[in-house]
Amino acid sequence: MSPKRIVLRFDATIADQPIIYRLVSDFGLVVNIIKANVNPQKEGTMVMEITGENNKQGLEYLRGQGVQVHTLTENIIRNEEQCTSCGACTAICPSGALYLTRPSMEVHFDSDQCVVCHLCTKICPVRAMEAHF
Amino acid sequence: MLKKPLLYSEEAFIIGAEHLFGGVLMAIEKSYAEINAKIKAGKAVVVTAEELISMVDEKGVEKTTEEVDVVTTGTFAPMCSSGVFLNLGHTTPKMKMHQVWLNNVPAYGGIAAVDAYLGATALPDNDPLNNNYPGEFKYGGGHVIEDLVARKPVRFRATGYGTDCYPRREIETNITLDEINEAILFNPRNAYQSYNCGVNLTSRTVYTYLGMLKPNLGNAHYSTSGQLSPLLKDPNFNTIGVGTRIFLGGGTGYVVWNGTQHFPEFLQIDSDGEQKGPAGGTLSVLGDLKQMKPEWLIGTSYLGYGATLSVGIGIPIPMLNEEVCRNAAVKDKDLYAPVIDYGEAYPNAKPGYMKLVSFAELKSGKIIVNGKEVPTAPLSSYPKAKKIAAQLKDWVAEGEFTLGEPSQLLPSADAGLKGKPLKG
Repeated sequence: MSPKRIVLRFDATIADQPIIYRLVSDFGLVVNIIKANVNPQKEGTMVMEITGENNKQGLEYLRGQGVQVHTLTENIIRNEEQCTSCGACTAICPSGALYLTRPSMEVHFDSDQCVVCHLCTKICPVRAMEAHF
Repeated sequence: MLKKPLLYSEEAFIIGAEHLFGGVLMAIEKSYAEINAKIKAGKAVVVTAEELISMVDEKGVEKTTEEVDVVTTGTFAPMCSSGVFLNLGHTTPKMKMHQVWLNNVPAYGGIAAVDAYLGATALPDNDPLNNNYPGEFKYGGGHVIEDLVARKPVRFRATGYGTDCYPRREIETNITLDEINEAILFNPRNAYQSYNCGVNLTSRTVYTYLGMLKPNLGNAHYSTSGQLSPLLKDPNFNTIGVGTRIFLGGGTGYVVWNGTQHFPEFLQIDSDGEQKGPAGGTLSVLGDLKQMKPEWLIGTSYLGYGATLSVGIGIPIPMLNEEVCRNAAVKDKDLYAPVIDYGEAYPNAKPGYMKLVSFAELKSGKIIVNGKEVPTAPLSSYPKAKKIAAQLKDWVAEGEFTLGEPSQLLPSADAGLKGKPLKG
């Protein structure tokens, strides 16, 4: 069975729960964490691969805990021409993929840090962030 | 013989008086006419407000005032009180356009037969608004303005009730900016002097015109270009007034009046009486949309809030005297924004603010609010503000853009203008 790539988003209230441990112990899943940004009392994101027969039940469990689960089949791309470098995305992006350099205050996008949470595609005031399948 | 000694003594008195009152022998005073003559001759010394700051640091106010003729400023940010007057031209047979839509976005037709005003925040009749909260507001009046400026064809629809002189009752056609008679961008309130820094003290995310504010002080958003911002560089309105010629949306525009809600004030008065934190001033601006560029007028959407227009504005400040220079050289660390809770205080019109933060702090990426480190982000594009100030500098330096001498200056904080609440 080929591994399934997923993106998890969890809010501050569950950031300190041993959720991933449960996937392994209760559902017998093989878990490979690719990227993670987890801090106590802050919203967190994680990209990982899971393999195992009970992966559906595992994902159900995650959703039951209030974790937002998305399948990683997309890429987020910045339309450089459209972006005005306003900066509105930079304190929203949970993984730090969108950030400002100082003192120029130019907005940059590091797609390697992106966890495809889609927040920027909704909040970008000029719709410069696009999801591509 | 009697007169001469008297004259000498008069001169001695005048020089003495200058020492007494100004402390300066040769106070620098330049007129608009002198500066414009230099611009036309291609000899004006023009710097951006950022460059002026380093010049004053290096050479001092007096020498800089002497050397520099014009300082340019810039800002690029969403400015909701914006829109365009259109004259569509007459149809055959003629029609009194009662209700008007452009790309399905309604415009105001309550003026003469083929005139309309399209507001930046107007939304299509079938927009889901916030029914599917938070609404996306993907396309509104600001986007139509951007499409017009980009010379894209726009679907125009109007209905009329028919009169003897204007019998036609409907029309649906494509228009482009070049095909219609006039398009006059007229923004009743732009270029806020300083603007609130929004935070959210509640435990739920709020979607505001200052963007998405995360719960429990998750982020802080501000929208002013700080040391490049036009009205922060002329805090007392010594130079900006009715008739000031400006960069507007990539073309030439004018300040035509104070903006609506023009309530200039100083947020803080130090113990030594020094006024700090100019805020509350606004401008009414006007210009020919046909001259403007899509790079500087961009349709903008705020999740859960609405659609608007991001506008690029640059104002040249004539270096009339040392006071103008000193004001234009103020740095980010000495310009302030009030921090306001948009979760509870703002929507409920609670007066006051939590604290003042400097633009230097805001630009650093974090501020401290209620003891917590809060990440900051701008909504106003500093790179674009810089580009506007640089573009305007080139225009003036190349002699293409002279200064408009105001026929009257705008009210300053001294006028004590204050907002009145609406009862009801």
